[in-house]
Amino acid sequence: MTTRTGPDWRRLVITVVMLAVSILFLMPFIWMLVTSFKIEKDVFVYPIQWIPRKWNAVANYKEVWFGDYPFYLYYWNSIKVSVLTTLISCTASALAAYGFSKIQFAAGRWLFMIVLVTYMIPGQAILIPQFILYRNIGLFDSHFGLIILGSFSVLGTFMLRQFFMGIHQEFIESAKIDGAGHPRIFSSIALPLVKPAVATYAILRFIWTWNDYQNPLIFLRSDRLFTIPLAMQKFTSLSGEFYSLIMAAAVSAIFPLLLIFIIGQKNVIAGIALGGVKG
Amino acid sequence: MEQRMETAAAAPPGIGKRTRKTGSLQRGETLWGMLFISPMLLGVLILVLVPIVATMVLGFADWNFVQGWNGIRWVGFENFRNLLHDDMFIKSVRNNVIFLLTVPVYMLISMVLAILIDRFVYMKSYFKVAYFMPYISSVVAVAVVWQVLFQPSYGPINELLKSIGVHHPPKWIADPHFALLSIMMISVWISIGFNMIIYIAGLQSIPRDLYEAADIDGANGWTKFTRITVPLLSPTSFFLMVTGIISTFKVFDIIAVMTQGGPVGSTTMMVWYLYDTAFVNLKVGYASAIAAVLFAFVMLITLGQWSAQKKWVNY
Repeated sequence: MTTRTGPDWRRLVITVVMLAVSILFLMPFIWMLVTSFKIEKDVFVYPIQWIPRKWNAVANYKEVWFGDYPFYLYYWNSIKVSVLTTLISCTASALAAYGFSKIQFAAGRWLFMIVLVTYMIPGQAILIPQFILYRNIGLFDSHFGLIILGSFSVLGTFMLRQFFMGIHQEFIESAKIDGAGHPRIFSSIALPLVKPAVATYAILRFIWTWNDYQNPLIFLRSDRLFTIPLAMQKFTSLSGEFYSLIMAAAVSAIFPLLLIFIIGQKNVIAGIALGGVKG
Repeated sequence: MEQRMETAAAAPPGIGKRTRKTGSLQRGETLWGMLFISPMLLGVLILVLVPIVATMVLGFADWNFVQGWNGIRWVGFENFRNLLHDDMFIKSVRNNVIFLLTVPVYMLISMVLAILIDRFVYMKSYFKVAYFMPYISSVVAVAVVWQVLFQPSYGPINELLKSIGVHHPPKWIADPHFALLSIMMISVWISIGFNMIIYIAGLQSIPRDLYEAADIDGANGWTKFTRITVPLLSPTSFFLMVTGIISTFKVFDIIAVMTQGGPVGSTTMMVWYLYDTAFVNLKVGYASAIAAVLFAFVMLITLGQWSAQKKWVNY
């Protein structure tokens, strides 16, 4: 058998080779991080200085966070938009998923088909009417509008529905016989059982919202409302040739998500693998 | 961002065996059902269904945002006819088609990486996280970093190329002949993580005893790879191919940040052109026609997926 005849050193060699490949693969991130610590004059010195000759980290990050385009403000905006979008999206998705899987009513079946069809519509095909709608009902250039726009992705409904379907119907029926109504069954029986799935979806939704560039670009106009990706781009065009600052901004944009990803790694990877979810 | 899910096409739950209940009970169920699904349904209705109908309708209009409602002029199929003679649109579609090449490339790389990581290395979770990093990172930040790396005259990539003897390295995103290729390379780099994770999940669902049986029959590694691994991964590959193709039609962020469709239109793609037409040039009707074509493309691929799934996928 391969597992026994393959001596350990073979696995070791492959691991070492793969390690080298992965470092090459991550080179842009390493370069970004190192450059963000440098003084501007050293950015393009070749051969690349992987350890900065002169450290300028504090000044660079201070400029990014509290300079003309203050990142603390955009962080706050991104946190606000991402947290609220995640909350609303999880609530609406869990409710709908329960309704579509655990409550049996005729209309539910064809309404689910309609929801299924909307899933095939590429978001960009409906941008223009959404924009016109938002201009006319006053949601344009507001965080509230952006949050609402991100909250009604039917993906969460599909994902959580799969999990609700895994709960035996007898559970629900016996709770009903005991006199519990659907709100009670939902909140004290069904939801606790699918909590891990909700957590996975929440992490994914948070990451997608945090990284979203297209919606903020189209539906926000005022600088003070910008989220991180939009601010990142504006900062880049503003800072022009100050590459060390741009890299400090890029690190700032990527870092918190990386942290969330590494902490929730198991959840994210399991969720992506399970649903084949594409962000 | 747009997401896809394999299970989305799964059949509705087994509702069939339910026993007939009395009318009032069933009415109660219907009421509760509607209450539970109404927030999502309302959101989808207002933010997706009405807009997609509106997109189709506006595709037949000649209208500019600033003219107000009275400025709408209905022009029939004129927008669509014009699209056929619009060089920029044709170029966009052509670039979209070229971009399809990224899909098999990153699928192959991801499959190889997935097999290596799943079967042949220590520190599996490190590798999963490492290759997943570009996918989890903000496209804007990543695009900005690559923009600097690709800097033609003193960027690190060209410095490296010069130092190993390439005297006239390409100007990458500043060169019309290389810009699309550069963006495609970055796109491959970003997509590997996602595809690899799905492939690893697919590999883990292949029963171990198949390999053991092959070992007993004396099959070598290559035979096992081509006769067991590849065929049994075919549902995964099919899924990744379809989602990959659909995602190439939605490429936008990276173009918007890195090239804005340039230089000289060499990296324009459908969604970028749509955005440019609608939100920069404010030609709403014409842009809606582009959106309708985009929708049609994605719809066709999805329907094609459904009909081809049974035929191609080797379960």
